[in-house]
Formats: sequence, structure tokens, C-alpha cells
Amino acid sequence: MSEPRRVLVVVPAWNEEGSIASVLCEISHALPTADVLVVDDFSSDGTAAIARSAGVDVISNVFNLGVGGAMRVGFRYAADRDYDALVQIDADGQHDPAYAPGLLEALNSAPGPALVIGARFDSSEDFPVPRARRWAMRLLAAYLSRLTGCRLTDATSGYRAYNRDAIALFARTYPADYLSDTVESLIIASGAGARISQLSTVMRERAAGMPSQSRARALLYLSRVALMLFLQAIQPRSARRATRAARPAGPTPAFRRATPDQPTAEEKP
Amino acid sequence: MSGVHLTVLLSTGAAVAAVVELLRRRHIREKYAVVWLAVCLPMTVFAIDPNLFNRLAHAIGVINPPDLLTVLACLFLLVVCVYMSWELGRLDDRTRRLAEEVALLRRDVGSGH
Repeated sequence: MSEPRRVLVVVPAWNEEGSIASVLCEISHALPTADVLVVDDFSSDGTAAIARSAGVDVISNVFNLGVGGAMRVGFRYAADRDYDALVQIDADGQHDPAYAPGLLEALNSAPGPALVIGARFDSSEDFPVPRARRWAMRLLAAYLSRLTGCRLTDATSGYRAYNRDAIALFARTYPADYLSDTVESLIIASGAGARISQLSTVMRERAAGMPSQSRARALLYLSRVALMLFLQAIQPRSARRATRAARPAGPTPAFRRATPDQPTAEEKP
Repeated sequence: MSGVHLTVLLSTGAAVAAVVELLRRRHIREKYAVVWLAVCLPMTVFAIDPNLFNRLAHAIGVINPPDLLTVLACLFLLVVCVYMSWELGRLDDRTRRLAEEVALLRRDVGSGH
């Protein structure tokens, strides 16, 4: 099993100055030949400056786009530059870059989009969660496992590796909605016929920054995911076909319009 | 002409004037202006002659004419709100795509900070 040739590590970062330096250092040890791109999602702290001084490529968003928006920038960067594979690693330190080579290896070279999730074996194991939330997460995992045909225990994990066709797919379709991007991207991928697999990893405590574990937030998150699954279930066939059609073999052009609709409005000269 | 009718007449007149002025200064698109004018003009007519509205209401079987007005107003505003939500979502999506494009281009130009 040969490792893909050109690998891009995308690190979406928002106010992670406390952890970004060590994460970047670990990435360079784990994947010495890979290029690293930090997508600074309009941080108000020194995240971008620290990343730049670490010698990696940094793209700064002009306003906060959320993880989904930051990742879409990363996917488009990778698609434009014709990378063979992309690894997504969070900047908060909970993803151990030591697993990244394993994720890349699990991306075998068969054609078609593929992604590998670095997952906790049981996402409720490591930290205490309310019982209702645990059941909801199990239900979600069961549903997604059935949908994707792969046993998934941690669908919300943002530690992932994508092959070239998955990069091309997500450069166009990665969901930008608040919070639900990880789950929704799995649904999009399975709708596009992607091969989805999972690799067990051990997640760490966040090195710094604020965890999003509050009960209200978890509830909001789960209701969003439920609504999204419902919308996916009633999606018209034409939209599904559009996602499937977004599976080009070659590199994607740098400038692509999302929808070729009416010309933009008349401005006063 | 009672005070109520005078109030309605004045406010619809003011609304029409406001829409026309916005349109004249190109602060509002024609497609929106047309909608508001299409609402304001009948309102002006009914303000001038309230009996016309009462007869219309009775003709389609509404016993209390103000009920018809309320229902029509609610329906209209509902449609406007849903349309605005759709438009807002579309604009948000476009803004995001532009922001992504700008971030990528800014990096290429070499002033990425």
C-alpha cells in the first residue's frame, strides 16, 4: 500500500494561539513531507502570526465562516493545487497527528471519492455525558453506519483524511452550516458514492481553548442534525444527482460558479 | 370622512410616496417596489371609498369586512417573509463563497494578513 504522493494537511483554526504551535510541530514530525495549510477563521488572537512564524502556509478568512467554511477554503486550495490527499486536523490539540500516516494509508488507491475518519472507538467512553445525549449519539451513529455501510462510532469527529476525488467533491459541496458540517459531509459523501471507513484513534484533552460541551449547545446540535437528516431524506432527486455529478476525475478549475444563474445586477456607472 | 379613514388615506399616501422616492433614488429594486405599490394602491382606493371594500368583503361572503383585511394582510406578510428568508439564504451563500474566494486570492496575491 503506497502512501499518496502529495499530501496537504489542513488545520482550521479559530482563536487557538495556545495550542497551534505544538499541533503544527507534531504534524511536521508525523508527516514530514506533507504541506501544511492553516485556515485562520478570523481569529482575534495571535493564531495566524504564530502559524506563519512556524513556516506553514496561512490563509486568513475575511470574517468568521465557521469550521465548514474554513474547510471549504482548504478543499479548494487543495483542488486548485492538485493535491492527492488531504488530512484535516483540529488546531485545539485533541487530534494526535501521530495517527495521520495511518489515516492516509487507509485511503487506498481505488478510484472514486474516499474518506477515512479518525474516531474514538466509543465517543461516550472518554468523558461523562448526559444519558440523553449518549443515546442520541448512539442513534445517530447507528443511522449513519447504515447509510454509509461502514460501522461508525464517532461521526462528528473532525479528524479525517480525503483522497483526490473527495477533495474535488468537497471543494464544491462541503457544508458550511454552523456545527453540523461533520455529519452532513458524511451524508453528502455517501450520496456521492464515496467509500467511507473508520480508524480507531485516541482523542486527547483539548490543549487549550474552549470546549463546546455545554448541555444547551449539545441539544441545539442534535436537533440540527435531526432536522438535517430529515431534510436529506426528503431531498429531491435532482439535488442528489447534482451531488453525484460533482465527481470529476481530473483537477477542478480555480474559478467555478456555484450556479450559472442570471447575470448580476446592474450597478450605476 | 371620518378620522379613521383620513388616517388610512394619509398613511397609504405616505407609503406610496416613500416607495416612489426610494425607487427614484434607486435605493430599492423595481421588483420589490412593484410589490409594495401593488399593495399600496388598492389600499388608497379603499381609504377613499371604504364602502368599496365592504361590498367586496360581502360579495365573497365575509360577514365582518375588517376580518378579510386582517387575513389578507397576514397572508401577504407571510409570503413576503418566506420570500425574504429564501433571498437571505441565497445571499448568505453567495457572500460566503465570495469570502472564500477573497481569502484564497489574498493568499495568492501575497498580502494574507
